[in-house]
This record gives sequence, C-alpha cells and structure tokens, in this order.
Amino acid sequence: MIMSFQGTETYVATEDLRVAVNAAVALERPLLVKGEPGTGKTVLAHEVAKALGRPLIPWHIKSTTKAQQGLYEYDAVSRLRDSQLGDARVHDIANYIIRGKLWEAFEADAAPVLLIDEIDKADIEFPNDLLLELDRMEFYVYETRQTIKARQRPIVIITSNNEKELPDAFLRRCFFHYIRFPDRDTMQKIVDVHFPKLRHDLVHEALRVFYQLREVPGLKKRPSTSELLDWLKLLMVEDLPVEALRAKDGKTVIPPLYGALLKNEQDVHLFERLAFMARRDR
Amino acid sequence: MFPTFFLALREAKLPVSLKEYLALMEAMRAGLAEYSLDHFYFLSRACLVKDERNLDKFDRVFGQCFQGIESVEQGIEAEIPAEWLRALGERLLSEEEKRKIQALGGWDKLMETLKKRLEEQKERHSGGSKWIGTAGTSPFGAYGYNPEGVRIGQDGSRHRRAVKVWDKREFRNFDDTVELGTRNIKVALRRLRRWARQGAATELDLPGTIASTARNAGTLDLRLVPERRNTVRVLLFLDVGGSMDDHIRVCDELFSAARSEFKHLEHFYFHNCPYEGVWRNNARRDDRVDTWSVIHTYPADYKLVFVGDASMSPYEIFEPGGAVEHWNDEAGAAWMERLLSAFPHAVWLNPLPEDAWAYTASVEMINRLMAGRMFPLTLAGLDAATAELGR
Repeated sequence: MIMSFQGTETYVATEDLRVAVNAAVALERPLLVKGEPGTGKTVLAHEVAKALGRPLIPWHIKSTTKAQQGLYEYDAVSRLRDSQLGDARVHDIANYIIRGKLWEAFEADAAPVLLIDEIDKADIEFPNDLLLELDRMEFYVYETRQTIKARQRPIVIITSNNEKELPDAFLRRCFFHYIRFPDRDTMQKIVDVHFPKLRHDLVHEALRVFYQLREVPGLKKRPSTSELLDWLKLLMVEDLPVEALRAKDGKTVIPPLYGALLKNEQDVHLFERLAFMARRDR
Repeated sequence: MFPTFFLALREAKLPVSLKEYLALMEAMRAGLAEYSLDHFYFLSRACLVKDERNLDKFDRVFGQCFQGIESVEQGIEAEIPAEWLRALGERLLSEEEKRKIQALGGWDKLMETLKKRLEEQKERHSGGSKWIGTAGTSPFGAYGYNPEGVRIGQDGSRHRRAVKVWDKREFRNFDDTVELGTRNIKVALRRLRRWARQGAATELDLPGTIASTARNAGTLDLRLVPERRNTVRVLLFLDVGGSMDDHIRVCDELFSAARSEFKHLEHFYFHNCPYEGVWRNNARRDDRVDTWSVIHTYPADYKLVFVGDASMSPYEIFEPGGAVEHWNDEAGAAWMERLLSAFPHAVWLNPLPEDAWAYTASVEMINRLMAGRMFPLTLAGLDAATAELGR
C-alpha cells in the first residue's frame, strides 16, 4: 500500500489538496499546482517528498529552458575541444552526454519526487515537448541509440504561475489543483505550525492587520502566506509589543515593518495615502 | 449517474475529455474517494478541471447533478415542516398581503415559484442575489422574504450544516467573464506574438557554428544570426472623454500592457468615432494627425485595434456634420471604412458588458461596420480578439 500524504509538521494541507496529491500519487500521474504567488506551491513538492520519504529532484524552469535539457544534452563543444587536444575520451560519444533532471529521476533507485517548477516560464511549446516523456516515462537517446526507461514512475509535481496557457493535451494528462488563498482558520494553523511559540494575541492581531491589508482596494500585489510568515518572523525578532499592531488613530494604521508585506513602491505609496486620509477624516 | 454528470459538464462547455473521465473512474476504482461525497467532489475536481477559470462552472454543475445525494448519505434528519413556515408567515404578514399571496396561487405555489426562480438564477450565473433582492415587482422582494431565511433548495443549510463546498462557489472570481488586470491582459496579448529573425546578424548561432565546424573538419567556423524579435505591429485607437470616463481604469491597464508587450505600437486618440483627424495624446489639442496620413504612413500588416464603448448618437456615425465637437465634412462611417480597408486585420474592443450592447443602437451599427469583429474587454473577449487578429 502506498503511504498517503496528510501534510507534515511544517505544512498544513487542506483536505482538497490531500485528495489531489494522493490521487496523483496512486494513479502515477503528474499533479499540476497553480495558485497565487506565495501560497506554497513549490514547498508542496518538498513536503510531499519529506512525508513519503522520497528523494526530491527539483527542476527549475527559466525562459531559456528547453525540454531537451530535462532529458539530456550533448556537449559538442567540449568534445570538439577534447578532439583538438587529442584526448582519448573523444572516441566514446557517451562521455559527452550530460544527463538531465528527468533522466536522473528515471534512473533513481527509489521513485523520487520530481518538481518541475514554474513550467509557464518556459517557451509555449515546452509542455508539448514533454508529453510523451511524462506519459510513458521513457525517452530515446539518439547519440548512443539507447532507450531510457523509468525504473519506477516518479511522482511529478508541476507548478505554474499562469503566465502562459498550457496546452490541452498536456493538461489532460495531469491532475490539477488550485491552491486557494487560505481562510483565517487555515492561516492560523499555518502560523501555529511555523511559529509554535508565538504569543497568541500577537498572532491574532497580526492576522487581523494582514487580512485588512489584503482587502485594501487597488493593491498591485496583495501580500500572501509567505509574506505573512516573513513579517511574523521580523515581528518576533524585533520583539514588538501587541500594542504596536493595534490601531490607535484610524482604521488603517500603517503596520510596523510593512516592507515585508508590501513589495511594490506604488502599493506602499497607495497605502500611506489611504492611512493619511483615514487619519484626516477622524 | 456518472455519465450523466460527465455529459452535464460537457454541456456546460467545460473542456472535459474521455481521457479525464477514465482517469476519474480509475481513481474511483482505486478507492481514492473513500465513499464520501466531499472526497468525491475533490477528486473529480482534480481529475476533470484543469483551469481555475472553469472551477466555478464545475461547482455549479456538480451542485446540480448531485443535489439531494447528501441527504441520502446522512439518513433522515429533522427537517423543518412546511407548516411551521406557513405559521410563521401567517403571523408576520398582514391580511392584505396574505390575500395577495392567495392571488398568486397560495403559499405552496409561491414557494414553488421561488424555488424555481432560485434555480433559474443559479443557472444564469449573472443574476446573483440581485434578482430576488431588487426586483420591485417580484412577490419575493416585496414582502421581504429573505430567500435564505426560507432556506429552499441547495442554497441554505436545511440540515443545519455548513453550506456545501461547491455551493460556496469560491472560485467565482476566476471565471473568465470577469474584468482583468494588466498581467492577464499581457498574457492574452502574448498570443499575438510573431517571432522572426530580421536585420543584422548579431547573435552567435551555436548549433550552426558546430555543424559548420564539423563540416570544416574541426576548424572553427563562427556563424551569426539576427536576434529574434516580435514582429507584430499594432495601431491602437483609443476613445477618450465622455462616456469612456467610466472605463478609464481598464483602458489604462490595456494600454500599459500593450505598451510593454509590443515594440511597434502606435496609439491615437479619438472621441466617439474616428473622423478626418486623430490625436497623439489624450488632451486632444495641438497634436492632431490627419487620418489620411495615418493610413498612408503605416503598412497594411499593422493590426488595427479600436478601444471604445461605441455609445453615441447614430448621427455621429452616419451623417456629415454629426460629430459633437467639430464640423465633419464626411460621415464617421466613411472614415471607419477607409481605415478598415487600409488595415484588414482589425478588431473593436468594447469595455461595456456584452449583454448591454443591444441597448445602444450605435454599438450595433459600429459592430456592423466592423463586420462583427467587436469583442468585450474581458479575458475571454481579448482572447477571441487576438485569435481574430492572428488569422
């Protein structure tokens, strides 16, 4: 029986997320995870690996990443150099085949968790180029004429930030989960898991300020879970009293150390203006 | 039951395929749903929905298909008898109001209608709570029955349990009929990209270099290629002033997204309908450009995008001298036709919601001039518009 994922000591998984992860693990299909930035998409793969006791192989995608690089690369330049230096290695082409992350995952002793992070960063054709490889879990190396087959099918977790639409054929092969922004109760749990020693009243006030901030209309980037956790860490380090978070004069007081929550100059500006207006109206 | 659900999803225009359905069946056989409706909901959502914009649609279909299952699962629980409600109603309503209810066919009939209306409202997405809340002539608004208080159908918690997950419809915001932000617009505009290598060769062509070096028997032979560029070129015509003031924000976002997405973007401003002159900036004072010179300056492969609500008096389109701000010798329609024949790839983006178009005659007229290429300024509309331009 496959162990099922129930969240870990450091990761709160909602019920729908647990069902999606376990379905993907049991049916050996890739799991596509989307959601607001900072809601723990990438962390999920780390935690699944930890919970199931599997090694993690992360593959971070950039705009220049090609699907082929995940399989293998033929390093023609070093072969050329070696040939001009008269190196004996040059006769075996296999010396110049560099294994990619997918190959690594296929050849691993225990089925690993393969994280394909931010797949939408790559070129629009990227997911299509990986269709067969992810479906059949095998590929062919032309240079050495060998077929690489997965010993065990790895658990594949793919994250996307929605910068590009993914092709239908690709989507059809995946399970999908959208990580919703956590509600207050879930958020409380998440904070408890990360900072068990934090004073309860401080957390309560901080969450109030945080959700109030998220509701400020017109913010370009609303703060999310990871920003909240950073902010709480800062509050802890600075050892601020609860009173600092309580609004003394007006509804929207500027929270201390707001730099951890608002990452955008215009947002900070907007927020300051709103706070100023709220004070003036009193 | 499951095939019905699957077909209902297809009917609701959710892109589900047989492959996904089979995956769901496989998951069911593996016992992943654990015989609980909530788990089945999560599981089928993970299997069948691949885009958060469709989650809301999925929730609605799920609610309709599996309505009533919950009560079977839970066995019999105390339900509030209809008599209680009736008694409550009789206590609260005046004689006259009761007579009106009778006139509508009695309490049961009223409840029936209310239920029906609730369902209709559910299917019709746009209605929201408005339908019952604000309709002055509706029997439900008038007496202040809160439909939630009456708790009919699946909306309320008859079983005094929390609202079902799918009835919460938390993903409503992701439905692609909603308005958009700069980032979404950029993603939509990206569809228009046309990559091509043109101009001076400045980049090292690594594969080419290797191939030609190999052919050269190992002596290095460098190859260069021109940089890859987005060659799509756009003429943006923005309607400003008047009724467009309501849409400033969304037009701003569209403009800033288009600005960063296209290297070759020319923009002009007009008021209501383009005539013999357009303006370079939106103060529309001393920077007038002749429309003829626009037509002659830019080659026909420029894509023409109008942004405007097309709400004006029909005279402004079809009569010489109809313009509100100056005397125009030729009708707006003539200028529209000239622009359209000069730039065959054209669309009109309208910030007004699509179902409001029919209320203004001029919108229909402009749409006819555009040969039906008017799209709402929503994510879905923008997608359709870029597809049209990309043809």
